[in-house]
Amino acid sequence: METVKKICGGDIRTASRLIRDIEDKIPAAKSSIKKLFPHTGKSYIIGITGAPGAGKSTITDGLIAELRKKNKTIGVLAIDPTSPFSGGAILGDRIRMQRHAEDEAVFVRSLATRGSLGGLSQAVGEAIHVLEAMGKDIILIETVGIGQQEIDIINHAHSVIVVLVPGMGDEVQTMKAGLMEIADVFAINKADRAGAKQLHTELMAMLNTATPAEGYWRPPVVMIGNIYEALSFEGRIAELVQKIEEHYQYLLDSGRLAERINRKAAVEINDALKAAILEPVMNTLRESGELAAMTEKVKNRQADPHSLAEEVAQRFLK
Amino acid sequence: MPERKIRVMVAKPGLDGHDRGARVLARCFRDAGFEVIYTGCHQTPEQIVAAAIQEDVDLVGLSCLSGAHRKLFPRVVELLREKDAGDINVIGGGIIPEQDFAALYDAGIKAIFTPGAPLDSIVEWINTNIKPRA
Repeated sequence: METVKKICGGDIRTASRLIRDIEDKIPAAKSSIKKLFPHTGKSYIIGITGAPGAGKSTITDGLIAELRKKNKTIGVLAIDPTSPFSGGAILGDRIRMQRHAEDEAVFVRSLATRGSLGGLSQAVGEAIHVLEAMGKDIILIETVGIGQQEIDIINHAHSVIVVLVPGMGDEVQTMKAGLMEIADVFAINKADRAGAKQLHTELMAMLNTATPAEGYWRPPVVMIGNIYEALSFEGRIAELVQKIEEHYQYLLDSGRLAERINRKAAVEINDALKAAILEPVMNTLRESGELAAMTEKVKNRQADPHSLAEEVAQRFLK
Repeated sequence: MPERKIRVMVAKPGLDGHDRGARVLARCFRDAGFEVIYTGCHQTPEQIVAAAIQEDVDLVGLSCLSGAHRKLFPRVVELLREKDAGDINVIGGGIIPEQDFAALYDAGIKAIFTPGAPLDSIVEWINTNIKPRA
């Protein structure tokens, strides 16, 4: 098939168009995705996550520059939020990455969340497949600016960088579940600002309280300072890359890479089941007006949601 | 359910840092339900075109207040055509004297909006003239 051939040959236009079709749920995209699948699963995937304005895009840009020095080809998926009111979005992550725009080995694509709540876009899994089929060595996924719990990135990335900045709360924040647990590498960004040392201390204290199980990976902490002090910034980004490489080596040596790949496969099949089973049912109910009628019944307390759902399930799942 | 969204890139080519207008438009497009890729200031036409292709946009909106529009706007159209992406539409805005309009239209700029253009009229122009690709 033409599309698949072009994408495997690295054709940028074809790849970006397929990603758009995936986002827009164009039915024809599915056959391309299926045919691309044998060409996927070969890239190393790095997630970059953290609060809005923490410096994820800037760090992503630094990582691109550093990894290009090592001659790696790179795909970037940068996610920004969709408006719950208009459905529109401002996708502004690539502002920080535009110096790589003309480098043909770097493909940057912005995605809007379009209602996804886990920090990613629903299209991200398949967009990763497109970049893998293009032959990108490394894929960087920059999540939407997140809080404590939007951690879907762990389902897609082999290594996760959590970007923190000083001044976001006391040390109890570092003990909380969710975001603080998913880091494979911590980056304390804006480390030239007041409070960075304290954050470092608190993070160390938190890491020290972990009870190391066998084969425990202690997430390293990298301090990243002012981007305008170019040399020290680059040095810190180089250190960050080194820590990611060490984490990759750890995943290989400990056998944990297989766990992550399993998790990713489980999520992929889960998403595909939803797309194949739930979405057609929902579409049918929506088009026939039944969904609206059901909503009305629940609203007026004439029926409960579970009974209605069970009735639908009995009809469709024969 | 399939749902095509209009994707628009707002870009400032050349040595012009006056981006208030571009930002106001980006925000306005967001509120109109478009997905807006904003690339910031000081972009070369080459950067803009590379980004437009990677982002699969339907429309590129160029903003220029420095007077270099006669050179920069047509160059973006030219590069898009060279890259086999001539189907991506280009519109322009900023401080553009009326006597330059004809040359820009000839070069393939689809519409020009200058200070005072109501935001609604720009959104309406896009909704009328730009169809997300099939």
